[in-house]
Amino acid sequence: MAFKHTQLETNSILLLVAILVTVAIGGLVQIVPLFTIETTIERVKGVRPYSPLELIGRNIYVREGCYNCHSQQIRPFRDEVERYGHYSIAAESMYDHPFQWGSKRTGPDLARVGGKYSNDWHVTHLIDPRAVVPESNMPSYPFLARRDLRTGDIADHLRALRLAGVPYSQEMIDNALADLRAQADPEADSDGVKARYPKAVIGDFDGDPARLTEMDALVAYLQMLGTLVRFGDYTLDDLRQ
Amino acid sequence: MTLATASRDGSPYIDDVVRAFVIATIFWGVVAFLAGTFIALQLAFPVLNLGLEWTTFGRLRPLHTSAAIFAFGGSGLIGSSLFIVQRTCRASLFGGRPVGWFIFWGYQFFIVIAALGYVLGITQSKEYAEPEWYADLWLTVVWVVYLVAFLGTLIKREEPHIYVANWFLLAFIVTVAMLHLVNNAFVPVSFFGAKSYVVWSGVRDAMIQWWYAHNAVGFFLTAGFLGMMYYFIPKRAQRPVYSYRLSIVHFWSLIFLYIWAGPHHLHYTALPDWAQTLGMTFSVMLWMPSWGGMINGLMTLSGAWDRLRTDPGLRFSVTAVGFYGMSTFEGPVMSIKAVNALSHYTDWTVGHVHSGALGWVAFIIFGTLYYLVPVLWKRERVYSERLIGWHYWIATAGIVLYITAMWVSGIMQGLMWRAYDELGFLQYAFVETVAAMFPYYVIRAMGGVLFVIGALIMTYNLWKTMRGELRREAAIPDYRPGAALAR
Repeated sequence: MAFKHTQLETNSILLLVAILVTVAIGGLVQIVPLFTIETTIERVKGVRPYSPLELIGRNIYVREGCYNCHSQQIRPFRDEVERYGHYSIAAESMYDHPFQWGSKRTGPDLARVGGKYSNDWHVTHLIDPRAVVPESNMPSYPFLARRDLRTGDIADHLRALRLAGVPYSQEMIDNALADLRAQADPEADSDGVKARYPKAVIGDFDGDPARLTEMDALVAYLQMLGTLVRFGDYTLDDLRQ
Repeated sequence: MTLATASRDGSPYIDDVVRAFVIATIFWGVVAFLAGTFIALQLAFPVLNLGLEWTTFGRLRPLHTSAAIFAFGGSGLIGSSLFIVQRTCRASLFGGRPVGWFIFWGYQFFIVIAALGYVLGITQSKEYAEPEWYADLWLTVVWVVYLVAFLGTLIKREEPHIYVANWFLLAFIVTVAMLHLVNNAFVPVSFFGAKSYVVWSGVRDAMIQWWYAHNAVGFFLTAGFLGMMYYFIPKRAQRPVYSYRLSIVHFWSLIFLYIWAGPHHLHYTALPDWAQTLGMTFSVMLWMPSWGGMINGLMTLSGAWDRLRTDPGLRFSVTAVGFYGMSTFEGPVMSIKAVNALSHYTDWTVGHVHSGALGWVAFIIFGTLYYLVPVLWKRERVYSERLIGWHYWIATAGIVLYITAMWVSGIMQGLMWRAYDELGFLQYAFVETVAAMFPYYVIRAMGGVLFVIGALIMTYNLWKTMRGELRREAAIPDYRPGAALAR
């Protein structure tokens, strides 16, 4: 029997099923292989889960909607590489739940902003962007420096992320709060946090040693962005997906 | 105008719910346009961020996009879909008034908790899917009830065939459900906290997010509104749909191709090249069904084009289809990698989105509202046809200001980023490109102001209509040759 479109037009359930099959195909073809093709995520050394302080800082970055104006994805063009640094690779965001690649550059890309400016600069800039960049149209965030960091549930955050597939070890979860405090205090013993989170930047980020503020966490996050992979160790062939 | 108010079996159509959705659509439209104009001004004058955490651009931008897409667009879509499905099936809503009112209040509740979350900084940061897990779960419940009510009405229909508008509406409801569930798979940090982490990460999360977000455009803002087009344009023009065969080709090719287009938001990123190429190819192919649909909508007016002169409400609907054609041409062009290399990350994308959002989505809703309000409130006509004309021209001027400003500034921005001086150095610091945007941000905001004024005129006009008033005004002249004699 020849197929007639009338059959679909007269049977609601058949129409529903046909629609579902039709719209499922594209997504399946594009999404599933990203989980099955091994080279999707390049094999490079250095990428690690966020330290507890960086993670809270990242959550503040998400909360304030920084992604609305700042991308974290450098495209492989001469001008972008000269302006921002090595082009971004998939491995660098493998522990990003959710990803923060962004879609708009009202402000510059931040994928490799880590280490480019001093902590002082970041704090001044976040409190009043126009104090350091007169032409900037970025909102000011003075409240970040005033507000104490909420740290009580940090282990829960690590646990939730472990459930989502981030390799946080039990040791990392047990030491989450201690690591968080140690990273923001240059006087503290930071061997543990350095061992668990290589390349973690230690410091009193907000310039106020008496307090642990949201500014500490956000600047700690900004200062590690794009610093984990040593691209000098790899050829372009190593980075082929 | 004679219009049935009851189904074939005698039970009345559930129209009070549709009326509520109409009012919500008008309300959220004004909110969305005001929020958009405000954040547009923030980009030009950062002092308007007010130094408060609740009023920064970063928090208000999701408020604007959600208000426009889900509150304004969603209320318009759900309301008109309930109107359409009952009429075209000659059956009252499955589940009756309780189900209808649950969909209405459930959806409005979702909008309010999502919006409150944004202002308080509760967000998943996934564009157009910002609401956190508790709002997502609630929306899932409402959406399933909506699907059951819609499908149930189709099943109990008294008409042998399912009308083409309902194919699009069903595809919209089902596909949005699929996208929503996959994109928002989350692990909450705690049961009593708002924060969750999405289970996807990095490049996979990026792919899933843009598969979702592009098809929020494709199915929420396109397929759903095409359903609106396929019902209200023929109804208003009193002409049958131009081509039945084209409807079939349009429908299946559109829903099949659209879902592949997501990766064009990720050109030259760490997404593997094969996925980018697929995204580009299908985006270019998508041009054809899009224009097939445009042709089907526009050609429905064959033999009734003169109505555009005398029926400003219809003018909105038809101009909407024109804008649909324009932005579905621009989209495939921007999805070509070489073009995207320039346009991505710039305001050109923002301009493109708004030629679709203002020109297509908002205009087709305005046309629908000008038809629905007199019908639902049983009025002879809209309070003032001439005010519809004013709304039309003011809003159109607003769109033109908006999209031309963003074309110029977006392309300028892209070119400045990649400009080199004669010594081989980057010519501009990033901040110079920010400073250069200023005049265009101001022009864009002026476009927004015009769009708000137009919407306020509409609100006044429709409010008067609901109250049953008719403005005494001369009829809009009909300039057709011989028309004066005929009268």
